[in-house]
Amino acid sequence: MRTFSIIGKRIPKPDAIPKATGQIIYGHDVKVPRMLYGKILRSPLPHARILHIDTSRAERLPGVKAVITAKDLPPRRFGYGRDRTPLKGDKVRRCGDEVAAVAAIDEDIAEEALELIRVEYDPLPAVFDPQAALQPGAPLIHEDRQSNLFRHQEYVHGEPDRALEEADVIVEDEFDLGYVQPAPLETSFCLAAFDASGKLTIWSTTQIPFLLQKDLSEALGIPGRDIRVIQTAIGGSFGRGLDMYSFEPICVWLARKAGRPVRLAFTRQEEFAVSEARQSMRIWARAGAMRDGRLWVRDAKVLLDNGAYVSWGTVTTLVLMETIGSLYRVPHARVVYDSVYTNNPITGAVRGFGNPQGTFVVEVQMDRLAEAIGMDPLEFRLRNANRPFEETPQGIKITTCGLTECLEEAARRIGWSEKRAAPARHGVIARGVGIAATMNVGGGARIYRSDGCGCIVKVDDFGRVTVLTGATEIGQGSDVVVVQIVAEELGIRPEEITIVNDDTAVTPWDVGVHASRTTFIAGNAALRAARQVKAQILETAEELLGASAAELELRDGYVRIRETPEQRIPFDKVVRARHFRQGGQVIIGHGWYDPHNEMLGPDGKGNISATYGFGAQAVEVEVDVETGKVRPLRVVSAHDVGRAINPMYVEGQIEGGTVMGLGYALSEHLQVHEGRVLNLTPFDYRMPTIMDAPPIETVIIETDDPEGPFGAKGVGEMGTNPTAAAVANAIYNAIGVRINSLPITPEKVLRALRERSS
Amino acid sequence: MKYPLTLKVNGETYRLEVKPHRSLLEVLRDELDLTGTNDGCRTGNCGACTVLLDGAPIPSCLMLALDAEGHEITTIEALSAGGELHPLQRAFVQRGAIQCGYCTPGMILSAYALLRENPHPTEAEVRRALVGNLCRCTGYVKIIEAVLAAAEEMASAEVGSR
Repeated sequence: MRTFSIIGKRIPKPDAIPKATGQIIYGHDVKVPRMLYGKILRSPLPHARILHIDTSRAERLPGVKAVITAKDLPPRRFGYGRDRTPLKGDKVRRCGDEVAAVAAIDEDIAEEALELIRVEYDPLPAVFDPQAALQPGAPLIHEDRQSNLFRHQEYVHGEPDRALEEADVIVEDEFDLGYVQPAPLETSFCLAAFDASGKLTIWSTTQIPFLLQKDLSEALGIPGRDIRVIQTAIGGSFGRGLDMYSFEPICVWLARKAGRPVRLAFTRQEEFAVSEARQSMRIWARAGAMRDGRLWVRDAKVLLDNGAYVSWGTVTTLVLMETIGSLYRVPHARVVYDSVYTNNPITGAVRGFGNPQGTFVVEVQMDRLAEAIGMDPLEFRLRNANRPFEETPQGIKITTCGLTECLEEAARRIGWSEKRAAPARHGVIARGVGIAATMNVGGGARIYRSDGCGCIVKVDDFGRVTVLTGATEIGQGSDVVVVQIVAEELGIRPEEITIVNDDTAVTPWDVGVHASRTTFIAGNAALRAARQVKAQILETAEELLGASAAELELRDGYVRIRETPEQRIPFDKVVRARHFRQGGQVIIGHGWYDPHNEMLGPDGKGNISATYGFGAQAVEVEVDVETGKVRPLRVVSAHDVGRAINPMYVEGQIEGGTVMGLGYALSEHLQVHEGRVLNLTPFDYRMPTIMDAPPIETVIIETDDPEGPFGAKGVGEMGTNPTAAAVANAIYNAIGVRINSLPITPEKVLRALRERSS
Repeated sequence: MKYPLTLKVNGETYRLEVKPHRSLLEVLRDELDLTGTNDGCRTGNCGACTVLLDGAPIPSCLMLALDAEGHEITTIEALSAGGELHPLQRAFVQRGAIQCGYCTPGMILSAYALLRENPHPTEAEVRRALVGNLCRCTGYVKIIEAVLAAAEEMASAEVGSR
């Protein structure tokens, strides 16, 4: 058993104090001289041809410095499906589509200018149902395509048709999973400024600073080398910043046209109306098992509503395929999906990325199968749980795997056996418990050709260590993880480390913060860089102490001889001795880590991550059968995280993820009527408040992953994945009805109870 | 058309001229550079812009700046004015109650107002006092822990100073 001095400690994040005092600088706080305010004119119609745009009155308004429409921009498309331009010139395909933009000396004038722009539309028939969008004769969203089908894919392992005949029991369900928004507290932000030589700097809330350079370059024709992305402190993201949105190239073009810096921040209403939501999915699923408790087969058909344009959201089905194909041992599986264009809001990346939907299907049906064969749902899960160092038929090479321990711990701590045996009922209040597991990529995810991250560690004359990391801090605590890893390796205190993470001109490349990858990937890159620094320091200390590197250790800010620790030299003295002399060298270490994972093949198979995280959540709920209101009483969330570099922020990820999962389960719902988002405030959207959040007990299971930095695996998304399924299973335990449509609102509960009694 | 406004913020008096429709939030951030007060929704839903008005927490986005004349405004910047963190700030930092931090100033000010009225709140009282402050990151667990811990620390400091 290794012992650590910094790893595993509950050390506050480097940005915690500036955030507690209000000193931190978010995008919304940044001002630069001569800065203008940008605003976007958006389509009020879901589908219409643009006949004419008259911006002349807006241009004449004093204080307006630039007005742009599609004709001002280079005719370039961007996005995952290369299906949109930043401003729309021929037609609009969703409510909120960008039609024109203005930059003015203040927000009031920018808003007034928008009102002066006249757009003449010719409304087109629109389609809001993905099934209807696939019918012949449906309105075509993109006329250069033959149909509204963006992608059809099939994944198969084993022989699902035969297995469905063989299985002793089959359950079959239809699931209807609605839209939710990432809804971070800080709205989307961009500030763009050109210098005199035409080079662009943008301050951004992005999660992908280096890919944003590329995306902007493709959308606008500005060479990527002339684009510098500075990330301000980011007030939450949860997947929102994984794509470039139209407002970013629009902001850049306003700055170019005005010849002045332009700031463009979403209002909260824009944030709800046009940020990319979690995919609405309709899923028809069957699952089969043998009477002896073997899970036998899963078969799912998925209809994914892309909305008007395709974003990374369409890729969420790959994650869903992985959940359906590999969460628990299942010898036969098939997933068929269609992702479809409609005139609905765009869907994109939200924490979990297809996994909450897939886990809901799998874990509701696990309960149903257990019931059908008369087995306890926990026992059925344990029987079929993934095991360590086992490859799934999908090609997922599981290494460390604490799923069994997670299930057992979550169940034990919620009081599974006692509570299942006798669900409590007091008057109109019924109680129940439910459980659900999750598997999530925990060692990166090769979505792009690279899954890498770079890191540079340097040391100054006084022993202060600066870490330049490609990793993006969105609040989750990636900075403290990187700092703890470097501090552990160099035997110094975390306070002696400065971390720089926010500037593409300074930091080494990284693919972005997504797929719960940062602790694992950026952590490994930091470890490699720190090891180089350590080797350089030991090399110099060998001369100074007259001992070989193997006899030396870095501890408490000194280099010392392990056997005779009183023979020691301060860390900073060794640093100076190395460079402050003729013929010296500077101490600098660099690390690059790109895991040995694989991109999925066209058959959907492959080892997408270098390791996998596992978890299980047990939830106790109370259901009021008279009002239909469901109240979560307590959640136990047990997770195999490899090793907790900082348990405080591992808990933070799980607690926050769980409440986001509870929102998905019970209240959050972006209500979209004929393409228009109706609920545009946090109250109307029903974002969980402190009153909605139950006590959450986190259990950390450490399996010491051989590939992870100090054994760590990713944890960022796991808290959100299983919650809705655990809640739905607990509701069934409490009142005996199944609700397969999210969120589980009081109306749905009452309807289900009425249907059962009639 | 701008109107004169005398605003008392964190013990200092500012003489300003503002447009009549400017919210207190906008004036604090844009005129006084007190950017610790965050702009989250401008509809009074999220609590990121919470400040204290004569000691009581309010969403500063819903108050016209001109209406704030004659009142004492306290923003997050006042809490660590002496260079030392307030016990609430320290508890939020040390107990992992801060992730993205956008809600933090508002949370801390709502909690500060609570502890002034009620130095020994129960968990339920903490929840009630913070219901107007949304947090999307933490699941609220560590925020509740931090407020209760700060209350305890402040109470024992009080006893110690007697």
